[in-house]
Amino acid sequence: MKYIDEFRDKELVSKLAGHIKNIARGDLTFMEVCGGHTSAIHRFGIKSFLPGNIKLISGPGCPVCVTATSFINKAVGCSRLKDVIITTFGDLIRVPGTTSSLDNERSNGADIRIVFSGLEALEIAIANPNKRVVFLGIGFETTAPGTAVTIKEAATKRVENFFLLSAHKIMPPAMEAIIKDGVNIDGFICPGHVAAITGSGIFDFIPVKYKLGCVITGFEPVDITQAILMLISQVNSHDPKNEIQYRRAVTKDGNLMAKKQMEEVFETCDAFWRGFGIIPGSGLALKNEFAEFDAEKSFTFDVESKEDDGPCICGEILRGKKSPPDCPLFGKGCIPDNPIGACMVSNEGACNTWFKYSNNECNNYT
Amino acid sequence: MSVTITLNQGSGGKQTHRLIENVFVKRFGIAEPLTDSALVRNRGMDIVFTTDSFVVDPLFFPGGNIGKLAVCGTVNDLAVSGAVPVCLSAAFIIEEGLPEGDLVEIVQSMADEAEKADVKIVTGDTKVVEKGKCDKLFITTSGTGTINPDQWHISIGERIKPGDKLIVNGSLGNHALAVLGARNQLSFRTPVISDCASLNHLIGKVLKISGNIHFMRDLTRGGLATVLNELAAMIGTGISINEGSVPIDDPVKGLCEMLGFDPLYLANEGKILIVARAGDESKVLDILKSDPLGKDSHIIGEIMDDRRSRVILNTVSGGKRILEMPSGIQLPRIC
Repeated sequence: MKYIDEFRDKELVSKLAGHIKNIARGDLTFMEVCGGHTSAIHRFGIKSFLPGNIKLISGPGCPVCVTATSFINKAVGCSRLKDVIITTFGDLIRVPGTTSSLDNERSNGADIRIVFSGLEALEIAIANPNKRVVFLGIGFETTAPGTAVTIKEAATKRVENFFLLSAHKIMPPAMEAIIKDGVNIDGFICPGHVAAITGSGIFDFIPVKYKLGCVITGFEPVDITQAILMLISQVNSHDPKNEIQYRRAVTKDGNLMAKKQMEEVFETCDAFWRGFGIIPGSGLALKNEFAEFDAEKSFTFDVESKEDDGPCICGEILRGKKSPPDCPLFGKGCIPDNPIGACMVSNEGACNTWFKYSNNECNNYT
Repeated sequence: MSVTITLNQGSGGKQTHRLIENVFVKRFGIAEPLTDSALVRNRGMDIVFTTDSFVVDPLFFPGGNIGKLAVCGTVNDLAVSGAVPVCLSAAFIIEEGLPEGDLVEIVQSMADEAEKADVKIVTGDTKVVEKGKCDKLFITTSGTGTINPDQWHISIGERIKPGDKLIVNGSLGNHALAVLGARNQLSFRTPVISDCASLNHLIGKVLKISGNIHFMRDLTRGGLATVLNELAAMIGTGISINEGSVPIDDPVKGLCEMLGFDPLYLANEGKILIVARAGDESKVLDILKSDPLGKDSHIIGEIMDDRRSRVILNTVSGGKRILEMPSGIQLPRIC
C-alpha cells in the first residue's frame, strides 16, 4: 500500500539500523513523546534491531494516559444524570476513575456511545433533542481542531443540548515540564501529528533553551529509525537543533486552517496532567463566547476528586523517570483487561504496549 | 465496583476465556481442551456437535446478513473439526416491530446457504419478545456432523510437530470492517465486503488431497491472533508467523491504519487456519488456490521447536515481537 509499504521496507530499516550501530557512541536515551510512536516502536519490534546502547523511553503524549482521574470522575458523574448521553473516543471508556469507569457505568445502563469525531457526537445531539449530549474532548493539537469545528457548527446550528467536557491539552508545556523535572535524555522524538497541525516551530525553544535535540518524526519503522539516526548525529556533532524527519506531513507553518479554528474557539488554561500535576498554560478551555457549550459550566457534578493512584507509578513513567516493569503492579494487579493506571488502558500507553508485546523477552529470542 | 458482565467479556479474548472457564466449564463439567465442536462418542455412534449464537448489528451488511452468518458459522465450526456437516437447528428471538420482509429475506438466505453447503435445517424454535428486550433479531444455530475416526485428532491438534506449516485461505479482517462500515459509524463509504461463506466443501477438498492436516480452526471473533495463541497454549509449543505473508487487502489495511486496529485481531467469517505437515503445504496450497474461497491462500508461518507457548511475529520491517492474545475489545484510536 502506497505511503505505508515503502516506510516499512525491511532493507531500508536494516540499513538505517546498521548506520545507527556504526555511529552510536556510549549509552544514549531518547524519549518518544507521542503515544503513537510508543505503539509503533513495539508493534514493529523496533527495539529488537537497535543496538543495546540505545534506549527509548515513553513520554507524556498518550492523551488517555495523562487525563486526570478527576476528569474521569466528572464524566462518570455526568453519565449518571438523567437524560444524558455521553459521547467519547473509544479508549477513554476503560480508564478507571476513583470508584468507577465509563465501561462500568455503561454495563449499569448509562447511555455511553463511542464516536469517531466530535461532529458525530453533534449529530447524536441533533437526533436526540430531549437529551443532553456531552462530548468528552480529549487529545492534543491533533484532535482539538476537530472539536473546535464541532463547537462552531453547534453554535451556527444553535444546538442547545450539546456540551463539551474539555481535557484538550497542548504538548510543548509538558515537554518543558519534563526537562525541568530533570529527566535524563539525549533528545526528543517529537510528535509528527501534532507538528503537522502546529508547524515545526513549537519545538524550536527546546534546543535553544535546553540544548536538547528534537526530530519531528513520522510513525512508520523507517521514520523512527531515521529519526534516531538524526538524533545521534546531533549528539555526535554537539549541535542540538529542531529537525523535521516527517517531511511528507510537516511544514514550518503547519495547517493554518486548523490553527485558526483552534484559536477562535479555545484559549489556554492551566491543566492537570496525570503524573505531573498542574502545568500552567497547558490546557485548552472554551472561550467565553462559547461558554453555553461548556459542560463544566452547565452541569453540577457529584464527583470524587482524588488523584492518588496508590502504588501505581503511571506518573513517573509519563515523566520518563521509570519504565513499566519498575511498577509493583505491572503484569500483576494491573493488566490490560483490568487496568489500574491509565498507561495500561490505551493502545498508546507505555504499560499497555510493553505488556502486550513483551518486547524484552522477545529480544532474547533468536 | 459492583460485578456486572461488561462488553469486554464478549470480545473473544482473555476475558471471554476467563468467563467461560470460571462460569461455564466449571459447572457443566466440560472436558478440556475446548474446541469449536464437541466429539460425542456414544455406543459406536460418533457425532460432532456444535452451537453458536448470532447477534450482529446491523442485520444486513455488505456480503451477507445475520441469517447467512448463522448457517456459515455453524457449518464452519463442524467442518474445521474434520466433520461432514449433516443438519442444523435454528432458533429465533425476534423483537416485536421487526419488518416481516426483513425476516423473510434473512430466512431465505439461510435456506440458500444451507443448500449451497449441502446441509439441512431440520428443526427450530421461534420467540417474539417485547420491544427493547432484544435487538431486532437474535439467531442460534446448532449443528451435527459425522466424522471419520481418522480425523478425530484435528480439532485438538495432537499430531502437530515442529516444522508443520501454517496456511490461511485468504485475506483477513474483511468481515469485521464490513460490519463496522454498515453500522454507519464511519463517515465514509468503504469497499470492504464480508467474507462470510461456508467452507465445508473447500475443507473437504483439502482433507481429500492431504492425509496430514494436523489442525484447523475458523478465524472468527478475536481473529488470527486469538486462534494462534489458543493453539500455542493447547500444544505447548511456540509458533512463528511472518507478518509480510499474512494476506490483508489494501482497503482493510488502510482502514486499520486510520482507526488504529490490528487486522490480526479482527473477526472473519470465511477464513480458516490450517496446519499441515511439512512437505504437504504445496499441494494443500494448490488445492486451496484452485477454489474461489481460497484463491488468496498463503503460507504464513510454522510450528517452532520451542517449548514456550508463545507466538512470535516477524514484522514486515525485520523486527520481532510477541503476538499476544487480545485483551478486551479493540477500540478506535484517538489521533
